[in-house]
Order: sequence, then C-alpha cells, then structure tokens
Amino acid sequence: MTFGGVTALDTVDLVVREGEIVALIGPNGAGKTTVFNVVTGVFEPDDGDVRLRGASIAGHRRYEITRAGVARTFQNIRLFADMSAIENVMVGADARHKTSVAGAIARTRRHRAEEREGRTRAVELLDLVGIGRRGEEAARNLPYGDQRRLEIARALATGPQLLLLDEPAAGFNPREKRGLIELIRRIRDTGYTVLLIEHDMGLVMGMSDRVVVLDFGRKIADGPPGAVQQDQRVINAYLGVPADAP
Amino acid sequence: MSWQGRLSRLDVRGRAADGWARLPVWARAGALIGLAAFFYVLPLFKVPLLDTPESDFASVLFYPVGVYVLMAVGLNVVVGLAGLLDLGYVAFFAIGGYTMALLGVHAHWSFFEVLPVSIVLSVVAGVVLGTPTLRLRGDYLAIVTLGFGEIIRITARNSNPLGGPRGIFGIPHPPNVGGLRFGIIDPKPYYWLLLTLLIVTIAAVRRLERSRVGRAWTAIREDEDAAELMGVPTFRFKLWAFAIGAGIGGMGGTVYATKAISITPDNYPFILSILFLSAVVLGGSGNLVGVIVGGFVVAYLPERFRGFAELRVLVFGAALVVMMAFRPQGLIPSRRRAIELKEPEPAGGLGTLPATPRQTGG
Repeated sequence: MTFGGVTALDTVDLVVREGEIVALIGPNGAGKTTVFNVVTGVFEPDDGDVRLRGASIAGHRRYEITRAGVARTFQNIRLFADMSAIENVMVGADARHKTSVAGAIARTRRHRAEEREGRTRAVELLDLVGIGRRGEEAARNLPYGDQRRLEIARALATGPQLLLLDEPAAGFNPREKRGLIELIRRIRDTGYTVLLIEHDMGLVMGMSDRVVVLDFGRKIADGPPGAVQQDQRVINAYLGVPADAP
Repeated sequence: MSWQGRLSRLDVRGRAADGWARLPVWARAGALIGLAAFFYVLPLFKVPLLDTPESDFASVLFYPVGVYVLMAVGLNVVVGLAGLLDLGYVAFFAIGGYTMALLGVHAHWSFFEVLPVSIVLSVVAGVVLGTPTLRLRGDYLAIVTLGFGEIIRITARNSNPLGGPRGIFGIPHPPNVGGLRFGIIDPKPYYWLLLTLLIVTIAAVRRLERSRVGRAWTAIREDEDAAELMGVPTFRFKLWAFAIGAGIGGMGGTVYATKAISITPDNYPFILSILFLSAVVLGGSGNLVGVIVGGFVVAYLPERFRGFAELRVLVFGAALVVMMAFRPQGLIPSRRRAIELKEPEPAGGLGTLPATPRQTGG
C-alpha cells in the first residue's frame, strides 16, 4: 500500500484464525490503521489480497465487505452523533436486512419482522456492551467510554465474522480498561474473532492470544505475547537502536 | 440569543413530539383524520384573517399553497433527509408538467392515465441525473442540479415539439369523478385532488422516514464514510432519495399542469427551485411537519399581502433574512438537524492518516 511515494505497508502477511484475539501493535506510523483500512476496503491494496474464509474481498465495495463479515470501530469515534444509541446499532443491523423502499412504504410483513429483529438485536447488543439503559439517548450525549462501547455494539450488529477494534481503550482509565478486557473476552466467547490495535501493553499482553508487531509498514514479529515481548527486533523498534549498533 | 436558550426550546419541542408518540393509537388516528377533514372543508369557508383578500382563497389553496407544500415534502426527502443539496428541483416540476401537456394534448390521455407515466418519467430523469452526479459531494452536486434545472427549461424553450417559448396550450382537465366536476371556474375539486395526493405522499414519506431507509439517509447525512463502513450502500440510498424526490416533484408538476390549461417554459424559472428550497429550510429541514408549514408560509404570505404589490417580494425577502438570522434551524426544526447546524463536520480520514478515502462507490 503506497501513498504517493510513501510506502505505508510493505508485504504484511497477517493471518487471524477463527475465535482468536489478535493484537496489532507497533510504533506510531507503523501502518496499523492502514491495515484496517485495507481490510475494510477504504483503500485498495496495490498488490496482494485480503481473504475472508478463503474468499477474496480486496477491492470490493466497503459496504459489501461489511456485509461479507468484517466490521470495525474507529480510532476517533465516528458515531451518528444525533441518532439515538439504539438507532446507531440498528443501522448496523440493517446491513443484514433485505427489504428496502418498497417494503417500507407497503409495510410488508417481512419488513416489519426485520424492523422488530433490528430493534431486538440492538437492545441485546447494548446490554452486551453494558449500556442497555441508555438506548434512547442521542449518541453525542453519552459519556466518552459509553460512546466507545456503542461503536462496538454497532459493529457487532452487522453480524461480523471478524471484528476490528481500532484503539478501543484510548482515553480509558484503569478501571474502564479492565471492564473493556472483560467485554472483549465476552465478545470472543460469544463466537466472534477479534483483531485489535492497541497501545496499552498491559491490555495487549493480558488479553491477546497472539501479538503481531508492525514497524515501518513491515511485520517484524508474530507470536504469543510472551515471546513477542522478548523479541530483540520488537525491543529495538520501540526503544530505537543505538547508532553504533552492529 | 444564548446557546442554552436555543437548546432549551428544542427540548420543549422534543417533549411535544414525545407526548404525541405516547398518545394511544386511536387518539393519534382521530387527530390526524380530524386534521385532514379540516383541510378538506377549508376552501368551503371564508376564514377571517386566513382568507386572501386579493385573490380567490380556494384558488390560492391549490396554487401556490398546495403545490408548494407537495414540492416541499418531495424536496425535503432529498435535502432534509438525505442531505443532498438540490438547486434544480423545478426540473422535475417541469418534466411532470410537460408530460401531462404532451400526452394530454396529443394522445388525449386523461390526467389519471398520465399521472403514473409522469411519475415514472420523473423518477427515470432523477436516476439519470443522479447516477453520475451523486458521487460528487456538497457544492458540486448543487451546481450540477442547478444546471439541470436550467437545461430542462432551456430545452423546452428551444424545442418545437415542446412548443418552444409559447409552450403548450389546451391541456385537458381531469375527467369528472362522481359528483366532482373539474372545470375552469371552480378550483375546489383540483384542491381536493391535490390534497388527496399530498396525504398519500406524506404517509409514504413518513413510513420511509421511520424505517431502515430513513436511518440510512440520516446516517449518510451525518457521516457518509462511517455509514458505508457499517454496511449502508450509500450511493444506492442517495439515488433512492433523489428518485423519490423526483417522483414527488413530477407528481406536483402534473397536477399543476392539468389545472393550468397552458404551460410555457417561463412557468419553470430558477427562482421556483429556490422558493421550494426556502420552504424546506424555512420550515425546518428534515422535519415533515416543519416543511409542510414552510411550504404553506412561503406560498401563502405573498398571496396574503398581495395588496402591497411589488413591495411584497421585498418584505418576503426581508422576512427570510430575519428568519435565518434568528432561527436558522427553521420554524419547526428536526431535533437532529438543529444540533448538526451548530457542529463542525466530522474530522476527515479514518484514523490518523490524513488520507482521502476513494470516492463513494456505486
């Protein structure tokens, strides 16, 4: 993936297995969010492929990729600020619905069933992420932490096989972080696969099954948290290499 | 006026809307039927104050009032709900009018036969205009639609089959329905016909608004990229908004033409697009009740004050300026829209990268 003359990602070979929690880490500018943008179709890779359960999704339209089973949250929260929390999640749930303009005008049985399903699903997901009591509030009026949780609920509503979380703990205090770890584990146990970008090492090491490290657009390590922590290249990437190093 | 002052008044309106939603179904249905009945009998009475001293009240209720309200409801789907600025909405009003005129005069079709054809043609025109242009954003879309409005008018002026500058004369009135006689003298049957179409349209738009379609439109308006990434086919829904708006505009044009007997290109000036847009913005973009009131105000006030002759346009202009200065969210704002007006656009990019995502695909 290149922008002008800048190569943002260079041969990143990343595999996420079903049911895993994988953390994507690396110094600022390593290309972590670019990975997300390539996977979700925001950018088309110059080269290479993105596959979901064997089927190529690279270069597909963004909404098709979402419907195929990849959902994400954003580093800087991007909720539909003036819609209620429930409506936000219902937009996600609509990704799985078939009826459209004609169904809505005629209020067909199927359309009403889908609307009910969407609402029920939204309520369940708000409960799952722990903000079930704030469903009617406008997203913008929710406290910061709840907004991050709402983004996760909205992404889950699309029915993803792979959930991408972009710095879900950014701006969280230690107590909120513990709650988030618990939530992500619960999401995995419900049957989702999670790939997350995170800077908080405690959170990454304590929760991930596997850690992948990027530096300057290249993968420099991939393995269980303990092994990655000891990896000399990872330590160099984070701490820098002295100029007189071999 | 303080920021808090505005917000608290919004809350009052919010409470009114919630109160309405809490009423039992029969009460709401009864109130709506009563309201509809009121509008059906309205032209039978001379309501003091509401009456128009210089012109026939029933006539004014048909045009401009009823027509403007219908056009405002249609344009609101495009501008208010989906957030697409259309400055050439008069084009669809013209397409509806010319379809009625051509098929009525040359093929002797009746209004009721022409209406569905005219709606379909307008929708097709909307799709043809929308397909290449809805990939554009904001300002560019406004300019292209503005051009489209002018193209339709100028094409009509320069085309012989469309009557050139003299337009088309002898457009048939609708056939009589039961006891209703559609003639030259009595405007009331036309008003009732228009009101019926308006009620059906409002009901349909209401249903769309409260379904996934309305949610998709709102999501697109608030953050198009996020909407697309949450599985909303944004281009398709923008095209739907455009097509539905076009269909309603064509309907308005057809009804107008069947009463008008003759139409010329001068019936479809650019200023009409602006007046329809004023109705939407003035009433409260995105709020169905708001734009109905907006359509009424924009159409009715100049008629009410016809006595002031040329000054009335000046007074109307001044009223608009004052309105926009003190209540930019419209008379009856959509709760969401009112807040959006005060907020900057969401930050671009989908992460830390200052990159522009590729254009919305279709």
